[in-house]
Amino acid sequence: MQTLLVASRKGLFVVRGQGTQWAIAAHHFAGDPVTQVMVDPRNGDWYAALRMGHFGVKLRKSTDQGANWSEIASPAFPAKPTKGPFADDPTPWNVELVWSLAAGSVAQPGTLWAGCMPAGLFKSTDGGKSWTLNTALWENPKRMGWFGGGNDYPGMHSVLVDPRDAQHITVAVSCGGVWQSSNGGESWTLTAEGMKADYLPADSAQDPNTQDPHRMVQCAAQPDVLWVQHHCGLYRSTNGGQHWTGIAAPKPSGFGFAVACDPVDPLRAWFVPAQADTHRFPKDGKMVVNRTDDGGATFTTFTDGLPQQDAYHLVYRHSLELAPDRQTLAMSSTTGGLWISADAGARWHCVSRDLPPVAALGWVVA
Amino acid sequence: MVIVEFAASLRRHVPCAPQNVAPGSLRTVLEAALTAAPELRHYVFDDQGHIRKHVAVFINKTMVLNRQKLDQVLVSGDSVLVIQALTGG
Repeated sequence: MQTLLVASRKGLFVVRGQGTQWAIAAHHFAGDPVTQVMVDPRNGDWYAALRMGHFGVKLRKSTDQGANWSEIASPAFPAKPTKGPFADDPTPWNVELVWSLAAGSVAQPGTLWAGCMPAGLFKSTDGGKSWTLNTALWENPKRMGWFGGGNDYPGMHSVLVDPRDAQHITVAVSCGGVWQSSNGGESWTLTAEGMKADYLPADSAQDPNTQDPHRMVQCAAQPDVLWVQHHCGLYRSTNGGQHWTGIAAPKPSGFGFAVACDPVDPLRAWFVPAQADTHRFPKDGKMVVNRTDDGGATFTTFTDGLPQQDAYHLVYRHSLELAPDRQTLAMSSTTGGLWISADAGARWHCVSRDLPPVAALGWVVA
Repeated sequence: MVIVEFAASLRRHVPCAPQNVAPGSLRTVLEAALTAAPELRHYVFDDQGHIRKHVAVFINKTMVLNRQKLDQVLVSGDSVLVIQALTGG
């Protein structure tokens, strides 16, 4: 029996099952938008980020598999300076969305990271009782060159903690490129060289600071292998993001939001193409999943079990998640579809096409 | 004393009975009332200490329009109501 957490516009669903037998087992925070979910691999705690339309961002935590939830502190910006270089910062110093949650290492049991919109990175060292803004990145002058991609402000959707070294943090910002710290966030380096933004003027297209990675994931067993679904295509790095190599766009498209990668095999990853940035739905209304088993040299396109006519599902950046067994893959859409594959994406089982818009998925680690 | 009441839409998340607090500025009165339910503070105020844009505060029957200053002086007998605004959300 496997358990999947589904963060939706109308609450958090708990889906349980295996193979082709899945059912909704619980519904938490009914009516409230849930934007992110995280299962702490160190102790099994569940975290849910809520974005209440009237009352702002909230974080809830369960230490008993959802039987009880408690409200914990939400990341919040400090008072905006009235003097100095940030007095005229056009970006509001208010957390409007918790877009990414990540656990620290086993050696740091209380450490959590939260990437937000606007694109502040926050750290907790006490399991979410309190949060501190990472000022080294927030106050980096290059932040002023970032801009929103499909949102009013830049946002941080991917936070990766290196399994070899918890001081090594890699984050991706839409639109602000990829940044890395080797000292736990004390200083940061921009590492988006090789990416190209077709939406910018030609002489600015390769500016690392204004790239739009939609989602970035890391191979746990070989953490120098990173994958990115970028606004303008697919990228892979084999040297820890020091250089990014473009992957030729597979059929039917190189546009999309989500990417998932195998935690052991550095050559395997999955993408869910949409037609184009101007047409954010499956090409010709046919939903497909692309998988590469050779580092992006070739792709296999899977359709079995996915809608192949008049399908307008869009799979957002946190809606493609591989279970710890490396075979069970879950995918959800902005129009309430949820599919699960038991064979690494080859065949899909539709769990529901009637859910609220889904923002994020998270597998419960047994 | 000034009575401060939070609407059911807020109490759904964090229980808080009506609070009787000492007169003072609106900010002082709200902060005093929120000591009874500290978790409710972030529901009412944003990161910058401004009333959230989709929360409405009434002093007696008048809606507070400036969400930042909150320097209106309340006297004994005044009432404050904090509600979910009928905007966006």
